[in-house]
Amino acid sequence: MSTEVQSVLSCYSSDKTRLMDMLWDVQNQQGYISDKAITQLADGLKMSSDDVRETLTFYHFFLDKPFGKHQVYLCNTVIAKMNGYHEVREALEQEIGCTFNRVDDSGLFGLGDANCIGLSDQEPAMMVDHVVFTRLTPAKVKDIIGQLKQGKSADEIANPDEILNTKQDYVEAIVDANLRTESRVLFKPNRDYKSILQKCLDTNIPEDVIEMITESNLRGRGGAGFPTGLKWKMGRKAEGAEKYVICNADEGEPGTFKDRVLLSHSPKDVLLGMIAAGYAIDSRNGIIYLRAEYWYLKDYLQQQIQDFRDDGLLGNKVLGKDFEFDIRIQMGAGAYVCGDETALIESCEGKRGTPRVKPPYPIQQGYLGMPTSVNNVETLACASRIIEKGAAWFSDMGTEDSTGTRLLSVSGDCEKPGIYEIEWGTTLNEVMTMIGAVDPRYVQISGPAGDSLSVEQDGEREFCYSDLSCNGSLMVFDHTRDILAIVRDYSEFFVEESCGICVPCRAGGVDLMHKMERIIAGRGTEQDLEEITTWSNLLKGTSRCGLGTAAPNPILATLDKFPEIYAEKLVVQKGPLLPSFDMDEALSAHELAVNNLMKEGE
Amino acid sequence: MSHSHNKNEILSHELPATPLDPKTQAERDAKIQVAMIGLCGCWGCTLSFLDMDERLLGLLDKVAITRSSFTDVKRIPHRCTIGFVEGGVANSENIETLEEFRENCDIMISVGACAVWGGTPAMRNVVPLEECLIEAYVDSPTAVEGAKKVIPFHEDLPIITTKVKPLHEVVKIDYFIPGCPPDGDAIIKVLDDFVNGRGFDLPSEMNRYD
Amino acid sequence: MSVRVTIDGQEIQARSGDNIIDVAAQNGVYIPSLCYVKGKPCLGTCRTCSVKVDGSVMAACTIPVREGMEIEVNDDAEIVDMRKALVELLFSEGNHNCPSCEKSGRCELQATGYEVDMMVSRFPYRFTPRVVDHASKTVFLQRDRCIFCQRCVDMVRDERTGKKIFSIKGRGTHSSIEIDAELANEMTPQQVRHASDLCPVGCIIDKTQGYDDPIGQRKFEIKSIKDRALEKEHR
Repeated sequence: MSTEVQSVLSCYSSDKTRLMDMLWDVQNQQGYISDKAITQLADGLKMSSDDVRETLTFYHFFLDKPFGKHQVYLCNTVIAKMNGYHEVREALEQEIGCTFNRVDDSGLFGLGDANCIGLSDQEPAMMVDHVVFTRLTPAKVKDIIGQLKQGKSADEIANPDEILNTKQDYVEAIVDANLRTESRVLFKPNRDYKSILQKCLDTNIPEDVIEMITESNLRGRGGAGFPTGLKWKMGRKAEGAEKYVICNADEGEPGTFKDRVLLSHSPKDVLLGMIAAGYAIDSRNGIIYLRAEYWYLKDYLQQQIQDFRDDGLLGNKVLGKDFEFDIRIQMGAGAYVCGDETALIESCEGKRGTPRVKPPYPIQQGYLGMPTSVNNVETLACASRIIEKGAAWFSDMGTEDSTGTRLLSVSGDCEKPGIYEIEWGTTLNEVMTMIGAVDPRYVQISGPAGDSLSVEQDGEREFCYSDLSCNGSLMVFDHTRDILAIVRDYSEFFVEESCGICVPCRAGGVDLMHKMERIIAGRGTEQDLEEITTWSNLLKGTSRCGLGTAAPNPILATLDKFPEIYAEKLVVQKGPLLPSFDMDEALSAHELAVNNLMKEGE
Repeated sequence: MSHSHNKNEILSHELPATPLDPKTQAERDAKIQVAMIGLCGCWGCTLSFLDMDERLLGLLDKVAITRSSFTDVKRIPHRCTIGFVEGGVANSENIETLEEFRENCDIMISVGACAVWGGTPAMRNVVPLEECLIEAYVDSPTAVEGAKKVIPFHEDLPIITTKVKPLHEVVKIDYFIPGCPPDGDAIIKVLDDFVNGRGFDLPSEMNRYD
Repeated sequence: MSVRVTIDGQEIQARSGDNIIDVAAQNGVYIPSLCYVKGKPCLGTCRTCSVKVDGSVMAACTIPVREGMEIEVNDDAEIVDMRKALVELLFSEGNHNCPSCEKSGRCELQATGYEVDMMVSRFPYRFTPRVVDHASKTVFLQRDRCIFCQRCVDMVRDERTGKKIFSIKGRGTHSSIEIDAELANEMTPQQVRHASDLCPVGCIIDKTQGYDDPIGQRKFEIKSIKDRALEKEHR
């Protein structure tokens, strides 16, 4: 047995729930995960090889074949396409000398696509190995690829000053934070975490912390808006030999990047929130599930955790109290569906990121079957401020049902894309002014899974849980943008990211995308629109998790807000042939094949 | 789409025929006109149509069967109330025939697996057409040794479609009778219901996919 | 503990914790399913058991009954059509050529198609190429027919080591069912039969047997899938 794989196995005590980490370790050492390595892992974990492959092949960034020494993934979102994606794509193909989804002849580069990598404020962007390059142009691509060819590592190119990767400056050197507003709740500089936690633990029993969070009316920032205090209360009540706190840092919703900035600018706010959650529900273990696209934050975050350990905020006796808590980082490997808390838990257990059947909910039976509080990065950061400043301070901000502030990740047609902290209750129009939106027509909030807004119709609506319950992603499109093409892209995104375990999402998502394509091609009729609605309701009603239920959202919402753009494309059937039947396509292959074969025959 | 044909050829429906006596013709015209055509299939469904057997006799005072396996009429002489279609769409001639039939039928019913979803001919849909042609005409195990390999392609021959299509993906189809083939029982049930004004209802015990 | 619920307006008593499929069957109401196996942990993959619970659509196999639940199975036209649509989705997603399938007449997907009155799929037939896996000595995988119910993945294990014999590779539309040929070769004839019977379609095929029952005497021709589901409960 290869000693490399052997040492990976022993590093994790051959615990198969740590399969994600083992796969990463093997891939980072060997460039990919070979059949041989799979067999060795399987033997070591007493699993079948196919069982290991089940996990491996679920994730976009795990490789079971060589994919070049340098793996280049270009982000292909709608926002990227508005900022020069196509030119950059061409430049990459030219400089590397191969097309997408291939390895170049020299084996130096593998070239692939990636969905949103959390850089919508600086697209086009790509991941190379574990770092990213932003605001790409063909010239910049040429330079980067040229340096890689000369033997430099991606990290050396992105970080020419060789800043230690545990420093904030390292992250800053790679990506821009684009913080656009003054701090209200989040991004408060120079916080004295030790004394905040000391005071909190000295003066509050866990129930008090839960009470404080409940009174603040903090609600989950991931989108669903579940009251955090209630979740923690349920977590405290739930019975289990162990309990877990998981920070969901798998922000995969296209257009969002607030967690990236929170984790790089206020990571200790998040860690403190996790400690508070652990104290509240009586958990000893915290896990940060960090998406692979944010690998360049990993060592930096690890250092932050270590700082807390050194200062006594994490460990066997947190600040001398009879309270034990520590945090580990779990790397994801490229799966949007892992944003679903039960899929995320499955992934943490080393399995495919398949959403579980609910009930039971994680707060009753989560990670390893134990009560688990899964909280969003921003929620935890807010919690750390609430335990510092009190519930009233927090609930004074915002509206009655939505207290505090909301981070917006703004991208698209505006002068100042980036991170905005708005008080709940702010209107869409106010946000448009704030961000310098240019001639905005259509705004997609909460990513493709969210809602589509017409600036004209929805301008005075407020960001709050009872109205625009936004999860932080806000993409702006002006009057020149092709809304149908954008919506089709979103449909494809859901098809690509569907885990495939349930029928409506796996199969129905494809049919919805094809319907959009039919409409765009000018082959759709009134009946197609009716079927789009019925099929959408099927997905919304019967899908197993939020991905499937949200997949039809962009179509339904734009159909509601911009019916005219669909109407313009519709045709009326003339004659017996259906407009959807493409005669040219149907009769083209025969002649083409004959010509090809004749050529070969000569 | 229509093929111009050689003046020296006579198509069967153009052959001289003695007209029916006017009274019989008028009686026949007043009935519900029923026809059945076959596209890319095996004619098994057409045989099932024949399997209505003597049960059809009871309907004949209300129904006139035109183009079908019963009559061997090559074209529907005039508009039909009910048109049954066997087989899927696999070439340009199928498209043309289906198009014309649809234009001349009030109600159109797909009969059998090939019409409903493509059936056995659609097994080629998972293989690119070029590979199918190679298998059939170039690397065919039954090809004559030493003979020149020819892939038929001529203006007088129908063009093979890229994929075999179910009928309802080409024209509007009103009802479906699945089966490979469906029983004569299912066909007579559907026909009898329509003739007697009851509408389409194929009970689940008569529904079969094989 | 006993709870009261209504199914299509009919008030019934049920044991708390039982799922809706079982409770409905105990009371003579058939809810189709292609993944649920009574007595086994619910898989929740096929969704064809979708019903309305207090107005919301839910998969009946995943929901334990609660006091006062109002369950609609056949009274609501929309939910009846949703179940039918899900079955239709499976027929257009895979390549389900019943006339050429050994499982025909014993196939749960086919039998369920009859129960939901499917004549044709409303969704475009996709004809996705899928490769057959013959590698094992005991069974072959006719992937055209796999509906990703996960029964084999969860319920068939190597008897000696407990390892998975069947597994899923890839994600979403790129998924495929896989078989560990070495482990499959170790399967006993009983286990092979169990696996192929467990498969609700004709994907897992026992290499040693085929076309045993003549047409007209096949499993679901002798007794429909609905009658079988209800009979099991009344027994």
